[in-house]
Amino acid sequence: MLPVDWCLRSRAKRIAIWMGWLALVALFVWCWQIMTETTIWAFVWDAPRQAQDVGGRMLPPEWGYLPELMQPLWDTLNIATLGTIGGVIMAVPVALLAARNTTPSATFLRPIALFIIVASRSINSLIWALLLVTIIGPGLLAGIIAIALRSIGFIGKLFYEAIEETDPKQIEAIQATGAGPAQVLTYGVVPQVMPALWGISVFRWDINIRESAILGLVGAGGIGLKLNASMAILAWDQVAVILLLILATVVVSEWVSAVIRRTII
Amino acid sequence: MIAQYPTTWRRPHQIVPDRRLRIALQIGVLVYLVLAFSTVEVNWQRVTEGMERGQRFIMGFLQPDFTSRWRDISQGLIESLTMTLTSTVVGVLISVPIGIGAARNLVPRPVYLVCRAIVAVSRSLQEVIVAIFLVAMFGFGPFAGFLTLTFATIGFIAKLLADDIEEIDETQAEAIRATGGTWFQLLDYAIKPQIMPRLIGLSLYRLDINFRESAVIGIVGAGGIGATLNTSIDRYEYDSAGAILLIIIAIVMVAEYSSSYLRKFLQ
Repeated sequence: MLPVDWCLRSRAKRIAIWMGWLALVALFVWCWQIMTETTIWAFVWDAPRQAQDVGGRMLPPEWGYLPELMQPLWDTLNIATLGTIGGVIMAVPVALLAARNTTPSATFLRPIALFIIVASRSINSLIWALLLVTIIGPGLLAGIIAIALRSIGFIGKLFYEAIEETDPKQIEAIQATGAGPAQVLTYGVVPQVMPALWGISVFRWDINIRESAILGLVGAGGIGLKLNASMAILAWDQVAVILLLILATVVVSEWVSAVIRRTII
Repeated sequence: MIAQYPTTWRRPHQIVPDRRLRIALQIGVLVYLVLAFSTVEVNWQRVTEGMERGQRFIMGFLQPDFTSRWRDISQGLIESLTMTLTSTVVGVLISVPIGIGAARNLVPRPVYLVCRAIVAVSRSLQEVIVAIFLVAMFGFGPFAGFLTLTFATIGFIAKLLADDIEEIDETQAEAIRATGGTWFQLLDYAIKPQIMPRLIGLSLYRLDINFRESAVIGIVGAGGIGATLNTSIDRYEYDSAGAILLIIIAIVMVAEYSSSYLRKFLQ
């Protein structure tokens, strides 16, 4: 006997999938209850009025504040650029140690390099900045180091994957000429991964511009400091100018990075 | 005649083959670096004073103290984890219709433009900045964090989902259309089977990202483990801060490996 209706899955499979979704819903409800235990609902229902209030204070933006923001903006760009350079310098050796085909010791050094990459990736630059500000004091240096430390993981991961994808034939050809390990690296590996490294670095620079804009919130210099100051005195019209400036910078940097990547790759 | 051939070989430059342009670029970079470094003022006295703290922090990282602040840490962790899950679920639920709306091959042009605009707004605003505003509106605590992460999830999932729908195999959609199927039947029988594995993969990936972000937005008052971390650093309790950071790294590692494993299993 043929079934009347056509179905993609068998009955047992359908029930299993249905139970899976039910479990997800139950988990969601449970998490929601735990999360909202301490929520003060009066504040939540009050939100539209608050939003209107803040929105009203942001308009019109105080454009006269713009010239004062140029120095912090320059600082922010410097944090992002110098941080990216620092990150690349530290990430390249880590990536060489982490890539399966260039690592000197797969059992000992490779796990260490992979751990450095994961640790750097899982801690956001804002947290790095928070730590560094308490250690070396507020200022640009803390921001630069925070950005550099966060960039190691990102650049390191993408770069070591690029190294692992190199064509072994070219490396073998260099080895066949009797080249030493350093020469194999410069003539066999580097030419293959150089465009990737530039692309990754520019991509990370673009992300770093976004991140460095907010590092000032924890005292690490740049335009975030001004944002923090304006918010502390509830000058929402200044906050509006700062946010628009950050948005414009992000759009421009994204465009620059897209153009550079298109010309390189 | 042989003498005319060069005896040495110089590898041509890969990125900028033109020599003059290259030199100009190098000089430009040098000038920029000098200018940039001159703006970095370093208070060396403060740095040397801070080295002692740095040492204490590294010691705290090596000998983390999980116990004395365990109540606060577990509270922050529970907030972060619940916030992560709820925001991912709600964010994915909202981003599915927006993602479908942002696919050029399924909807009329006005809907496409509106949905793409929503995606662009959500993607261009930094999580931390969104969190600042939502904390100002909804008060401190994980609820503001939940809203922030939901907002960020919408832009991420909707964009990638829309890009995937635009790249589906058109012949399958054509087949359903040829049978006289309605728009919803088209979605159900032609689009859904093609993008479902990818959507689940993206959601798992976003779950992972949301946990990382939940550790950050706590710094501006949106609850979660970030708030606990901020407090412990403010109190100079580096051993507790080290413990929190190790927990974050461990959870991120577990989440990353299990989500990549699950994604491989699903595809």
